Amino acid sequence: MNILAMITISLGVVFFFGATLGLLRFPDFYSRVHAAGKGDTLSSLLMLFGLGILVLENAHFIDVLTFIKIMMICVFIFVTSPTTTHALTDAGYSAGVKPWQKDDEETES
Amino acid sequence: MNMFLIVIGLLLFVLMTAILYRVAKGPTVIDRIVAANMMGTKTTVLLVIIGTIFGRVDMFVDFALTYALLNFIGSIAASRFFQWKRLKSHGEKDII
Amino acid sequence: MRDPSGREDIPMERQGTGTQFVLMFAMCMVTWFVFSGRYDVFHLVLGMISSLIVTWASGDLLSPNRKISMRCAMTISWRMAVYLIWLVIEVVKANIHVFKLALSPNVRDRIEPSIVTFKTVLKTDLAKFVLANSITLTPGTVTIKIEDGVFVVHAIDTSAAEGLQEQMERRVAHIFSEIES
Repeated sequence: MNILAMITISLGVVFFFGATLGLLRFPDFYSRVHAAGKGDTLSSLLMLFGLGILVLENAHFIDVLTFIKIMMICVFIFVTSPTTTHALTDAGYSAGVKPWQKDDEETES
Repeated sequence: MNMFLIVIGLLLFVLMTAILYRVAKGPTVIDRIVAANMMGTKTTVLLVIIGTIFGRVDMFVDFALTYALLNFIGSIAASRFFQWKRLKSHGEKDII
Repeated sequence: MRDPSGREDIPMERQGTGTQFVLMFAMCMVTWFVFSGRYDVFHLVLGMISSLIVTWASGDLLSPNRKISMRCAMTISWRMAVYLIWLVIEVVKANIHVFKLALSPNVRDRIEPSIVTFKTVLKTDLAKFVLANSITLTPGTVTIKIEDGVFVVHAIDTSAAEGLQEQMERRVAHIFSEIES
Protein backbone atom coordinates (compact mmCIF):
# COMPACT_ATOMS: atom_id res chain seq x y z
CA MET A 1 0.00 0.00 0.00
CA ASN A 2 2.79 2.41 0.93
CA ILE A 3 4.74 1.39 -2.14
CA LEU A 4 1.75 2.12 -4.39
CA ALA A 5 1.34 5.56 -2.82
CA MET A 6 5.04 6.33 -3.24
CA ILE A 7 4.98 5.27 -6.89
CA THR A 8 1.90 7.38 -7.61
CA ILE A 9 3.25 10.50 -5.89
CA SER A 10 6.61 10.15 -7.64
CA LEU A 11 4.90 9.76 -11.02
CA GLY A 12 2.93 12.92 -10.27
CA VAL A 13 6.15 14.82 -9.57
CA VAL A 14 7.67 13.50 -12.81
CA PHE A 15 4.69 14.69 -14.87
CA PHE A 16 4.72 18.01 -13.07
CA PHE A 17 8.40 18.33 -13.99
CA GLY A 18 7.45 17.73 -17.64
CA ALA A 19 4.70 20.34 -17.46
CA THR A 20 7.02 22.90 -15.87
CA LEU A 21 9.68 22.27 -18.49
CA GLY A 22 7.07 22.66 -21.21
CA LEU A 23 5.78 25.87 -19.66
CA LEU A 24 9.29 27.29 -19.63
CA ARG A 25 10.48 26.09 -23.03
CA PHE A 26 7.56 26.19 -25.44
CA PRO A 27 7.69 29.08 -27.90
CA ASP A 28 4.25 30.68 -27.71
CA PHE A 29 1.22 31.16 -25.51
CA TYR A 30 -0.92 28.41 -27.04
CA SER A 31 1.66 25.66 -26.74
CA ARG A 32 2.37 26.73 -23.15
CA VAL A 33 -1.31 26.29 -22.46
CA HIS A 34 -1.00 22.72 -23.75
CA ALA A 35 1.68 21.98 -21.17
CA ALA A 36 -0.13 23.80 -18.38
CA GLY A 37 -3.58 22.32 -18.91
CA LYS A 38 -2.63 18.71 -19.35
CA GLY A 39 0.35 18.36 -17.04
CA ASP A 40 -1.35 20.24 -14.25
CA THR A 41 -4.45 18.04 -14.26
CA LEU A 42 -2.78 14.66 -14.31
CA SER A 43 0.02 15.45 -11.86
CA SER A 44 -2.38 16.91 -9.31
CA LEU A 45 -4.68 13.92 -9.65
CA LEU A 46 -1.83 11.42 -9.22
CA MET A 47 -0.37 13.16 -6.19
CA LEU A 48 -3.73 13.63 -4.48
CA PHE A 49 -4.61 10.00 -5.15
CA GLY A 50 -1.33 8.82 -3.62
CA LEU A 51 -1.87 11.01 -0.56
CA GLY A 52 -5.39 9.64 -0.24
CA ILE A 53 -4.03 6.09 -0.18
CA LEU A 54 -1.57 7.17 2.52
CA VAL A 55 -4.38 8.64 4.60
CA LEU A 56 -6.51 5.54 4.20
CA GLU A 57 -4.02 3.14 5.76
CA ASN A 58 -5.34 3.58 9.33
CA ALA A 59 -8.97 3.04 8.22
CA HIS A 60 -10.65 4.85 11.08
CA PHE A 61 -13.93 6.55 10.30
CA ILE A 62 -12.35 10.02 10.22
CA ASP A 63 -9.67 8.80 7.83
CA VAL A 64 -12.26 7.39 5.43
CA LEU A 65 -13.99 10.78 5.56
CA THR A 66 -10.71 12.54 4.78
CA PHE A 67 -10.12 10.12 1.91
CA ILE A 68 -13.53 11.00 0.44
CA LYS A 69 -12.73 14.70 0.83
CA ILE A 70 -9.44 14.25 -1.05
CA MET A 71 -11.28 12.39 -3.80
CA MET A 72 -13.73 15.30 -4.00
CA ILE A 73 -10.80 17.67 -4.50
CA CYS A 74 -9.67 15.29 -7.28
CA VAL A 75 -13.06 15.47 -9.01
CA PHE A 76 -13.13 19.22 -8.60
CA ILE A 77 -9.68 19.66 -10.14
CA PHE A 78 -10.52 17.23 -12.95
CA VAL A 79 -13.55 19.32 -13.89
CA THR A 80 -12.22 22.82 -13.31
CA SER A 81 -8.67 22.61 -14.61
CA PRO A 82 -9.64 22.17 -18.30
CA THR A 83 -12.36 24.77 -17.82
CA THR A 84 -9.88 27.32 -16.50
CA THR A 85 -7.50 26.50 -19.34
CA HIS A 86 -10.27 27.00 -21.85
CA ALA A 87 -11.37 30.30 -20.31
CA LEU A 88 -7.83 31.69 -20.28
CA THR A 89 -7.14 30.53 -23.84
CA ASP A 90 -10.38 32.14 -24.94
CA ALA A 91 -9.36 35.40 -23.27
CA GLY A 92 -5.98 35.27 -24.96
CA TYR A 93 -7.51 34.47 -28.34
CA SER A 94 -10.00 37.30 -28.18
CA ALA A 95 -7.26 39.62 -26.95
CA GLY A 96 -5.47 38.88 -30.20
CA VAL A 97 -2.44 36.83 -29.16
CA LYS A 98 -0.93 35.58 -32.41
CA PRO A 99 -0.07 31.88 -32.63
CA TRP A 100 3.55 31.11 -33.29
CA GLN A 101 4.20 29.76 -36.77
CA LYS A 102 7.18 27.81 -37.92
CA ASP A 103 8.33 30.30 -40.53
CA ASP A 104 8.54 33.49 -38.49
CA GLU A 105 12.05 33.52 -37.23
CA GLU A 106 11.90 36.24 -34.60
CA THR A 107 12.67 33.93 -31.70
CA GLU A 108 11.41 35.96 -28.80
CA SER A 109 9.95 33.77 -26.14
CA MET B 1 7.53 7.95 5.04
CA ASN B 2 7.81 11.46 6.48
CA MET B 3 11.23 11.88 4.91
CA PHE B 4 9.82 10.90 1.53
CA LEU B 5 7.00 13.42 1.85
CA ILE B 6 9.40 16.19 2.89
CA VAL B 7 11.55 15.48 -0.16
CA ILE B 8 8.46 15.52 -2.41
CA GLY B 9 7.34 18.80 -0.88
CA LEU B 10 10.75 20.36 -1.45
CA LEU B 11 10.76 19.15 -5.07
CA LEU B 12 7.32 20.69 -5.59
CA PHE B 13 8.58 23.91 -4.07
CA VAL B 14 11.59 24.04 -6.40
CA LEU B 15 9.41 23.36 -9.45
CA MET B 16 6.96 26.06 -8.36
CA THR B 17 9.85 28.49 -8.10
CA ALA B 18 10.70 27.57 -11.69
CA ILE B 19 7.13 28.45 -12.70
CA LEU B 20 7.61 31.78 -10.93
CA TYR B 21 10.09 32.60 -13.68
CA ARG B 22 7.27 32.43 -16.22
CA VAL B 23 5.07 34.55 -13.97
CA ALA B 24 7.75 37.20 -13.76
CA LYS B 25 8.85 37.16 -17.39
CA GLY B 26 5.87 36.00 -19.46
CA PRO B 27 5.46 38.17 -22.54
CA THR B 28 1.68 38.58 -22.21
CA VAL B 29 -0.52 39.00 -19.18
CA ILE B 30 -2.45 35.82 -19.99
CA ASP B 31 0.81 33.86 -19.84
CA ARG B 32 1.34 35.09 -16.31
CA ILE B 33 -2.19 34.13 -15.28
CA VAL B 34 -1.81 30.61 -16.72
CA ALA B 35 1.42 30.13 -14.79
CA ALA B 36 -0.08 31.55 -11.60
CA ASN B 37 -3.08 29.25 -11.96
CA MET B 38 -0.73 26.28 -12.26
CA MET B 39 1.07 27.38 -9.10
CA GLY B 40 -2.27 27.62 -7.33
CA THR B 41 -3.23 24.08 -8.23
CA LYS B 42 0.09 22.84 -6.95
CA THR B 43 -0.38 24.79 -3.74
CA THR B 44 -3.51 22.71 -3.20
CA VAL B 45 -1.43 19.55 -3.41
CA LEU B 46 1.30 21.06 -1.24
CA LEU B 47 -1.22 21.86 1.49
CA VAL B 48 -2.34 18.23 1.61
CA ILE B 49 1.30 17.12 1.75
CA ILE B 50 2.00 19.50 4.65
CA GLY B 51 -1.07 18.18 6.43
CA THR B 52 0.16 14.60 6.03
CA ILE B 53 3.57 15.54 7.42
CA PHE B 54 1.99 17.23 10.44
CA GLY B 55 -0.48 14.39 10.93
CA ARG B 56 -3.49 16.70 10.65
CA VAL B 57 -4.82 15.89 7.16
CA ASP B 58 -8.43 16.21 8.31
CA MET B 59 -7.82 19.89 9.00
CA PHE B 60 -5.57 20.76 6.08
CA VAL B 61 -7.79 19.10 3.49
CA ASP B 62 -10.41 21.79 4.09
CA PHE B 63 -7.83 24.50 3.48
CA ALA B 64 -6.82 22.71 0.29
CA LEU B 65 -10.39 22.55 -0.96
CA THR B 66 -10.93 26.23 -0.21
CA TYR B 67 -7.73 27.09 -2.02
CA ALA B 68 -8.80 25.08 -5.07
CA LEU B 69 -12.15 26.90 -5.16
CA LEU B 70 -10.54 30.33 -4.80
CA ASN B 71 -7.98 29.51 -7.46
CA PHE B 72 -10.67 28.50 -9.94
CA ILE B 73 -12.82 31.54 -9.28
CA GLY B 74 -9.83 33.86 -9.43
CA SER B 75 -8.69 32.55 -12.78
CA ILE B 76 -12.17 32.69 -14.27
CA ALA B 77 -12.63 36.24 -13.00
CA ALA B 78 -9.28 37.31 -14.45
CA SER B 79 -10.05 35.83 -17.86
CA ARG B 80 -13.52 37.43 -17.93
CA PHE B 81 -12.01 40.74 -16.90
CA PHE B 82 -9.54 40.74 -19.78
CA GLN B 83 -12.21 39.80 -22.29
CA TRP B 84 -14.40 42.59 -20.99
CA LYS B 85 -11.52 45.07 -21.19
CA ARG B 86 -10.84 44.02 -24.77
CA LEU B 87 -14.48 44.53 -25.67
CA LYS B 88 -14.57 47.96 -24.05
CA SER B 89 -11.55 49.42 -25.83
CA HIS B 90 -10.95 48.55 -29.43
CA GLY B 91 -7.22 49.20 -29.42
CA GLU B 92 -4.92 46.34 -30.42
CA LYS B 93 -2.18 46.75 -27.89
CA ASP B 94 -3.98 47.25 -24.63
CA ILE B 95 -3.38 43.82 -23.13
CA ILE B 96 -0.31 42.47 -24.83
CA MET C 1 -34.97 31.51 -11.27
CA ARG C 2 -32.35 32.65 -13.69
CA ASP C 3 -31.22 30.57 -16.60
CA PRO C 4 -27.51 29.76 -16.16
CA SER C 5 -26.65 29.69 -19.84
CA GLY C 6 -28.41 32.92 -20.72
CA ARG C 7 -29.65 31.68 -24.10
CA GLU C 8 -32.72 33.04 -25.83
CA ASP C 9 -34.10 29.81 -27.23
CA ILE C 10 -35.45 28.63 -23.91
CA PRO C 11 -39.23 28.95 -23.62
CA MET C 12 -40.73 30.94 -20.82
CA GLU C 13 -42.46 28.19 -18.93
CA ARG C 14 -40.08 25.82 -17.25
CA GLN C 15 -41.24 22.27 -17.33
CA GLY C 16 -39.57 19.29 -15.76
CA THR C 17 -40.22 16.29 -13.67
CA GLY C 18 -38.96 16.19 -10.13
CA THR C 19 -36.13 13.81 -10.95
CA GLN C 20 -33.39 16.32 -11.45
CA PHE C 21 -34.38 18.15 -8.28
CA VAL C 22 -34.25 14.89 -6.33
CA LEU C 23 -30.81 14.13 -7.77
CA MET C 24 -29.52 17.60 -6.97
CA PHE C 25 -30.87 17.37 -3.42
CA ALA C 26 -29.18 13.98 -2.95
CA MET C 27 -25.88 15.36 -4.22
CA CYS C 28 -26.09 18.34 -1.86
CA MET C 29 -26.91 16.11 1.10
CA VAL C 30 -24.00 13.75 0.37
CA THR C 31 -21.65 16.73 0.15
CA TRP C 32 -22.99 17.99 3.46
CA PHE C 33 -22.50 14.59 5.10
CA VAL C 34 -18.90 14.40 3.95
CA PHE C 35 -17.89 17.93 4.79
CA SER C 36 -19.68 18.62 8.05
CA GLY C 37 -18.52 15.52 9.93
CA ARG C 38 -21.17 15.99 12.65
CA TYR C 39 -24.25 13.83 12.70
CA ASP C 40 -26.58 15.19 15.37
CA VAL C 41 -30.11 16.36 14.63
CA PHE C 42 -29.29 20.07 14.65
CA HIS C 43 -26.60 19.84 11.97
CA LEU C 44 -28.64 17.47 9.83
CA VAL C 45 -31.58 19.90 9.86
CA LEU C 46 -29.25 22.75 8.93
CA GLY C 47 -27.89 20.69 6.05
CA MET C 48 -31.36 19.84 4.86
CA ILE C 49 -32.38 23.51 4.85
CA SER C 50 -29.27 24.55 2.90
CA SER C 51 -29.72 21.71 0.42
CA LEU C 52 -33.33 22.71 -0.14
CA ILE C 53 -32.32 26.31 -0.81
CA VAL C 54 -29.63 25.24 -3.29
CA THR C 55 -32.03 22.83 -4.99
CA TRP C 56 -34.69 25.50 -5.28
CA ALA C 57 -32.24 28.02 -6.71
CA SER C 58 -30.31 25.86 -9.17
CA GLY C 59 -31.87 22.42 -9.29
CA ASP C 60 -32.17 22.33 -13.06
CA LEU C 61 -28.58 23.39 -13.65
CA LEU C 62 -27.46 20.17 -15.32
CA SER C 63 -30.29 19.78 -17.79
CA PRO C 64 -32.13 23.07 -18.21
CA ASN C 65 -35.61 22.81 -19.64
CA ARG C 66 -35.47 19.11 -20.45
CA LYS C 67 -37.34 16.30 -18.77
CA ILE C 68 -35.18 13.39 -17.73
CA SER C 69 -36.42 10.30 -16.05
CA MET C 70 -34.58 8.46 -13.30
CA ARG C 71 -33.70 5.58 -15.62
CA CYS C 72 -32.30 7.97 -18.18
CA ALA C 73 -30.18 9.72 -15.54
CA MET C 74 -28.81 6.37 -14.39
CA THR C 75 -27.94 5.40 -17.97
CA ILE C 76 -26.14 8.70 -18.51
CA SER C 77 -24.17 8.29 -15.28
CA TRP C 78 -23.13 4.77 -16.22
CA ARG C 79 -22.03 5.78 -19.71
CA MET C 80 -20.22 8.76 -18.21
CA ALA C 81 -18.27 6.43 -15.92
CA VAL C 82 -17.23 4.25 -18.87
CA TYR C 83 -16.27 7.36 -20.80
CA LEU C 84 -14.20 8.66 -17.87
CA ILE C 85 -12.06 5.52 -17.89
CA TRP C 86 -11.31 6.03 -21.58
CA LEU C 87 -10.62 9.72 -20.88
CA VAL C 88 -8.12 8.98 -18.11
CA ILE C 89 -6.14 6.75 -20.48
CA GLU C 90 -6.15 9.59 -23.03
CA VAL C 91 -4.95 12.05 -20.36
CA VAL C 92 -1.99 9.79 -19.55
CA LYS C 93 -1.15 9.57 -23.27
CA ALA C 94 -1.40 13.35 -23.56
CA ASN C 95 0.99 13.84 -20.66
CA ILE C 96 3.52 11.45 -22.12
CA HIS C 97 3.24 13.40 -25.38
CA VAL C 98 3.84 16.74 -23.63
CA PHE C 99 6.68 15.23 -21.60
CA LYS C 100 8.45 13.98 -24.74
CA LEU C 101 7.98 17.34 -26.45
CA ALA C 102 9.29 19.26 -23.46
CA LEU C 103 12.36 17.06 -23.13
CA SER C 104 13.26 17.06 -26.82
CA PRO C 105 16.31 19.24 -27.44
CA ASN C 106 14.79 21.19 -30.33
CA VAL C 107 11.22 22.09 -29.41
CA ARG C 108 10.74 24.55 -32.25
CA ASP C 109 11.39 21.88 -34.88
CA ARG C 110 9.09 19.34 -33.30
CA ILE C 111 5.90 21.36 -33.06
CA GLU C 112 3.79 22.68 -35.92
CA PRO C 113 0.90 24.68 -34.48
CA SER C 114 -2.29 25.04 -36.45
CA ILE C 115 -5.82 26.20 -35.71
CA VAL C 116 -8.66 23.89 -36.73
CA THR C 117 -12.34 24.82 -36.89
CA PHE C 118 -15.20 22.36 -36.95
CA LYS C 119 -18.93 22.40 -36.35
CA THR C 120 -20.45 20.07 -33.83
CA VAL C 121 -23.77 18.26 -33.95
CA LEU C 122 -24.21 18.36 -30.16
CA LYS C 123 -27.02 20.56 -28.92
CA THR C 124 -27.09 20.76 -25.13
CA ASP C 125 -24.64 22.91 -23.22
CA LEU C 126 -23.61 20.04 -20.98
CA ALA C 127 -22.61 17.88 -23.95
CA LYS C 128 -20.62 20.75 -25.45
CA PHE C 129 -18.90 21.30 -22.12
CA VAL C 130 -17.91 17.64 -21.88
CA LEU C 131 -16.66 17.64 -25.47
CA ALA C 132 -14.62 20.83 -24.95
CA ASN C 133 -13.00 19.52 -21.78
CA SER C 134 -12.24 16.20 -23.45
CA ILE C 135 -10.60 17.97 -26.39
CA THR C 136 -8.47 19.95 -23.97
CA LEU C 137 -7.38 16.81 -22.15
CA THR C 138 -6.56 14.61 -25.15
CA PRO C 139 -3.11 14.64 -26.77
CA GLY C 140 -2.12 17.65 -28.81
CA THR C 141 -5.32 19.69 -28.85
CA VAL C 142 -6.76 22.56 -26.79
CA THR C 143 -10.20 24.11 -27.22
CA ILE C 144 -9.91 27.84 -27.78
CA LYS C 145 -13.47 28.94 -28.35
CA ILE C 146 -17.02 27.68 -28.72
CA GLU C 147 -19.41 29.97 -30.53
CA ASP C 148 -22.84 28.74 -31.68
CA GLY C 149 -21.64 25.16 -31.92
CA VAL C 150 -18.45 25.99 -33.82
CA PHE C 151 -15.35 24.78 -32.05
CA VAL C 152 -12.02 26.52 -32.60
CA VAL C 153 -9.25 24.10 -31.65
CA HIS C 154 -5.51 24.68 -31.40
CA ALA C 155 -3.48 21.64 -32.42
CA ILE C 156 0.17 21.44 -31.49
CA ASP C 157 1.11 19.31 -34.48
CA THR C 158 -0.86 18.54 -37.59
CA SER C 159 -1.18 14.81 -36.96
CA ALA C 160 -2.98 15.46 -33.66
CA ALA C 161 -5.85 17.28 -35.33
CA GLU C 162 -6.79 14.51 -37.73
CA GLY C 163 -9.84 12.41 -37.09
CA LEU C 164 -9.87 12.62 -33.32
CA GLN C 165 -12.75 15.06 -33.13
CA GLU C 166 -15.18 12.85 -35.02
CA GLN C 167 -14.43 9.87 -32.83
CA MET C 168 -14.73 11.86 -29.63
CA GLU C 169 -17.87 13.60 -30.79
CA ARG C 170 -19.47 10.21 -31.48
CA ARG C 171 -18.59 9.05 -27.98
CA VAL C 172 -20.02 12.17 -26.33
CA ALA C 173 -23.15 12.00 -28.49
CA HIS C 174 -23.57 8.40 -27.41
CA ILE C 175 -23.49 9.40 -23.74
CA PHE C 176 -26.16 12.05 -24.09
CA SER C 177 -28.25 10.33 -26.76
CA GLU C 178 -31.32 10.25 -24.49
CA ILE C 179 -31.57 13.97 -23.93
CA GLU C 180 -30.23 15.05 -27.31
CA SER C 181 -33.05 13.51 -29.30
